[in-house]
Amino acid sequence: MLEIRSLSAGVAGKAILRNIDLDVRAGEVHAVMGPNGSGKSTLAQVLAGHPAYTVTGGEVRYRGEDLLAMSPERRARAGVFLAFQYPVEIPGVSNATFLKAAVNEVRAERGLEELDAMEFLEVLEQKLKLVEMDRSFLSRPVNEGFSGGEKKRNEILQMAVLEPTLAILDETDSGLDIDALRVVAHGVNRLRRPDKAMILITHYQRILQYLEPDHVHVLFDGRIVRSGSKDLALELERRGYDWIREDLAVAARPA
Amino acid sequence: MATAVSTRARYLADFATREREGALERPSWLGPLRRAAISTFAEAGFPTTREEDWRYTNLAPLAQMPFTPVQTHEPPELSGTTVARLGIEGADWPRLVFVDGRYARRASTPTRQTLADGVRISSLADAMQADAGHGDGARLERHLARHAKPDGNVFAALNTAFVEDGALVEVRADTAASQPIELVFVARTPGVLAQPRILVIAERGSRVTIVERYVALVDDAYFTNVVTEVAIGPGASVDHYVVQEQSVRAFHVATLHAAIERDGSFSTCGVTLGGRLARTTLTAEFRGEGGAAALRGLYVIEGTQHVDHHVTVDHAVPRCTSRQLYKGVLDGSARAVFNGRIVVRPDAQKTDANQTNKHLLLSDGVEVDTKPQLEIFADDVKCTHGAAEGQLAPEPLFYLRSRGLAEPAARALLTYGFAREVVERIAPVPLQAYVDRQLRALTERLLQRSDRTAVEAAPSTKENR
Repeated sequence: MLEIRSLSAGVAGKAILRNIDLDVRAGEVHAVMGPNGSGKSTLAQVLAGHPAYTVTGGEVRYRGEDLLAMSPERRARAGVFLAFQYPVEIPGVSNATFLKAAVNEVRAERGLEELDAMEFLEVLEQKLKLVEMDRSFLSRPVNEGFSGGEKKRNEILQMAVLEPTLAILDETDSGLDIDALRVVAHGVNRLRRPDKAMILITHYQRILQYLEPDHVHVLFDGRIVRSGSKDLALELERRGYDWIREDLAVAARPA
Repeated sequence: MATAVSTRARYLADFATREREGALERPSWLGPLRRAAISTFAEAGFPTTREEDWRYTNLAPLAQMPFTPVQTHEPPELSGTTVARLGIEGADWPRLVFVDGRYARRASTPTRQTLADGVRISSLADAMQADAGHGDGARLERHLARHAKPDGNVFAALNTAFVEDGALVEVRADTAASQPIELVFVARTPGVLAQPRILVIAERGSRVTIVERYVALVDDAYFTNVVTEVAIGPGASVDHYVVQEQSVRAFHVATLHAAIERDGSFSTCGVTLGGRLARTTLTAEFRGEGGAAALRGLYVIEGTQHVDHHVTVDHAVPRCTSRQLYKGVLDGSARAVFNGRIVVRPDAQKTDANQTNKHLLLSDGVEVDTKPQLEIFADDVKCTHGAAEGQLAPEPLFYLRSRGLAEPAARALLTYGFAREVVERIAPVPLQAYVDRQLRALTERLLQRSDRTAVEAAPSTKENR
């Protein structure tokens, strides 16, 4: 579904990602872990098409297409979804207005008719339950005045409504207490499908207790330095990122 | 310049004609006021950009155009379909309709029906005529042209000199008008000068909502010079709205003066979408302690539209609260002027005044001149002001695009969101819904160039790259 080949990227002239290779197949859940500043969020933003980031090398194919050549909105309509680490506030625009505009764009791409107001509300009712939000969320301006947990749940609500093929969750677990984490993880779990894939970007192992990944990758200084099964996440949890750092230092030492 | 002088001369000649016809003394007490007003206009003429209050608003195009009052004494009529189109969906409230400044009785709802006891609305022409006959007009005499004083405001002077028609709304003490009262001013004839006059008298403890709307049936040049006076008695409350959708070639000059007695409350919200040049001179004057004023405005303009707000809040007495929120969206080569003056006089302790003015600039060709003007002569006061202008921020734009909205649609939605802060405070539901619809349509049109059509036209180009 997603093939990342030798991807290098940066922001404002500063190189951040170096030669990333990653393959994600339908049905898989990948976890990308790493310490702060390792380039995790950059990877997420580059995949979603944030214009501030510059790709300096490599390529990304999504379902056979050149992902990097697509505008952010084309990517979204083609089924790529990024759950933001810091969801953006949109004053004056209600959550319902925003969601309706988004879902109809995505539906148009899939050759489906626009939802009218009633149909849209029906769809939303079910999705709201998934993230344990009530209807009052719909009339509030997008993310404005939301608590950290509400913002993250709102991201998952959008994901549930837009039904992406490839979801990238950028530190969706950060800043959540254990109850909010459980709600969010439960919602995400319910969205797993054999024909869909997810990339979980996280600093901590704890969300992976709820969302068992098929593969775990460790991003360090812009490179993927380890890949393995979910046991790798447990090892990171036990030994911390210093272990990787020391390991790399040993490997780099001339023989 | 010669043309401007001759235009002024024409207004003076018009006045002289009316004087000969004996039209000035209808009613009699208005004669001296008209004469004083016309001499103010004769001396000052149209302001030039050398005057501080008009520094950024050039009236030369207005002064050069020979606008004349509509040349007929036939009562104006409108077709049934036009009348039906004038209404706002869901707004089944009393409505007075004016065509080119004159009352259109048949297009209006009957003024006696649907009103609570103690609420009276009529055309100003009818009220003045009644006043000429018998004695009910003492209130008219006490209020008309006593609030929006012609001295220092040439356009109020011009209006006062020729005052003939408009609307009178009176609400008796402790009466609440159950529905908003809507005044619709229709521009139908190119080249016409319409000078409607609105007087709202809210007696002690009363409540009323007034909606002024300006609608164009033509897209030519014409000139509306309106004066609205609002007299708010002790403890009374008036909510006032203006939705201005004039032709983009029209000149619209509005003077609004609210006189607020003790514990009175006034709010106004002006939505400006039309006009080539629109100037609003707004004064909220506190005459008794404990008053409150909320002044809001939203303008969404494009092309070469020019919108100018001069707002003065006169804290003449202690313990009054004023709030100002003005937001503008500018595209093309549009220009906005905002001058927000807050005067706190020496006795006006415990004044709480706040002013916010924000502009969203959608193009590089726009110009904004904004100036807060705080004149504070008391020491125990709270006065704050803030102004901001900028373009749409990149992060919200990317956020919306990452959810599938094309860039123009995302920009339109963010622009709409910027303006909503003013719209969502419009209390009458049908009016808020109407303004919301107009705003949605306008922001989408401003930022059209949707990529949806491009994608449909060439579905494979992007995907096969």
